[in-house]
Amino acid sequence: MTQTETKTESKDWEPKIIAFLCNWCSYAGADLAGVSRIQYPPNIRIVRVPCSGRVSPYFIIKSLVDGWDGVVISGCHPGDCHYISGNLVARRRFRIIRDLLEFFGIDNGRVHFMWASAAEGERFAVLIRKATKIVKELGPIKRFEN
Amino acid sequence: MVLNMGLEEDNKKIEESMRATARKLLEDKEVDAVIGYAEGTLPMSSTPMVITRGEDVEKLVWNNYCYINLATYLVPRIAQLVDPEKGELKVGIVSKGCVGRALIHLSVEGQINLDNIKIIGIPCNGIFNRRRIEREIGEKEILEVSTSGNDIIVKGRDFEEKFPFDEYMLSLCKQCKVKSPPNVNDACIGECQDVESVSDDFSDLAEFEAMSADEKWNHITDLLEQCTKCHACREACPMCYCNLCFVDQNKPIWFGKTTDLSDIIVFHLIRSIHLVGRCVACGACTSVCPMGIDLNLLTRKIERIAKDRFNFTSGLSSKILPPMMDFELEDEQEFMLEED
Repeated sequence: MTQTETKTESKDWEPKIIAFLCNWCSYAGADLAGVSRIQYPPNIRIVRVPCSGRVSPYFIIKSLVDGWDGVVISGCHPGDCHYISGNLVARRRFRIIRDLLEFFGIDNGRVHFMWASAAEGERFAVLIRKATKIVKELGPIKRFEN
Repeated sequence: MVLNMGLEEDNKKIEESMRATARKLLEDKEVDAVIGYAEGTLPMSSTPMVITRGEDVEKLVWNNYCYINLATYLVPRIAQLVDPEKGELKVGIVSKGCVGRALIHLSVEGQINLDNIKIIGIPCNGIFNRRRIEREIGEKEILEVSTSGNDIIVKGRDFEEKFPFDEYMLSLCKQCKVKSPPNVNDACIGECQDVESVSDDFSDLAEFEAMSADEKWNHITDLLEQCTKCHACREACPMCYCNLCFVDQNKPIWFGKTTDLSDIIVFHLIRSIHLVGRCVACGACTSVCPMGIDLNLLTRKIERIAKDRFNFTSGLSSKILPPMMDFELEDEQEFMLEED
């Protein structure tokens, strides 16, 4: 079976991106971006998780299988984790997920990891813009269609 | 032990030393049971066996079809199999390099206690890729296998074919750097070695890794298409000991249970994720696959990630924590999304 990812079919196509944001930093960062009226693309749907360490590989892969075009995971900066080391554990996990996704031929541009603190509304918006742009260029996900 | 006298001679030598060690352990009451390999019921197979008496050691064999990783049989509490009344059993276990590594890694993960285990080390001379032979023979039934020199001769009703062992070894065995078990905690007797670290350039992966994303995906899907999700690879794997595997979980149902391509890929992808820094590259998964899928590619990549990213080789030391059980504030994070 050959499944190839094609570039965006129509100009109007917008990616759907699922974002797992940690409760203590990135979710508050997104909130700050909102209350500060900083524009960022409406393509992301936010899921609040207690910590980026809560994000299991299952979340990421199931999202892709279920047809989300991109996945964003955001947590506190290293050293700032509310649970001391949750994001450090997560970072190692992200590393191997990235390597294996790439090995399986799933473009790494679909899964993004980032740090954004509660005070970084601007940074959050910038990074989401960047991630959305990358996913949009990759086009709709077709890998897991049978 | 000096090997290289042809397969038959080598195997006999290994077998003799293994039997002598096992007999001594059992007769001196140093262990309650010895787990080893016995002759299988089909050609090109072997079966695990537990013996408890010194005179039974003659039943233990070593040949190039001992593909099972015996460490698997320790985790489900072999003690209960032998004598449920007795608490902590002392067990001797016939170990080629990868079985020894699996035991050491399982002890790091707290699954077994190495104090109760005697590793009967043997210098493995490679495992035959029986699935590849079956594929090449095709529909014909294999009735007998024998060795001559460094060749394996496969006989059936009206055919006889010769396979050079060096070529028809498991791909993982060709890359193997730890033939006999690493020596830790004085648990190892027999043929063991001191290994600090192994160097590996993973040149066999270069060709695949140079492919484009589409080519990789097509290659992987072609490879795994045949998978029926029987989970034999999981059952044979010494590291897959979870009481409830993610594929069996039904609350929530993470991934579909069908043999649709996406479900197959997800199973192998997640299995690979679970094995990073843990896989001991024994190749049992490949040997037991009823569809003859060669999982060498994935296994090598798993090894490579652990080695390249965390400079870790599983099962060599009982002191170093595996990468996924550990973390550092200073870990590299060049992959994180940053502002331009």
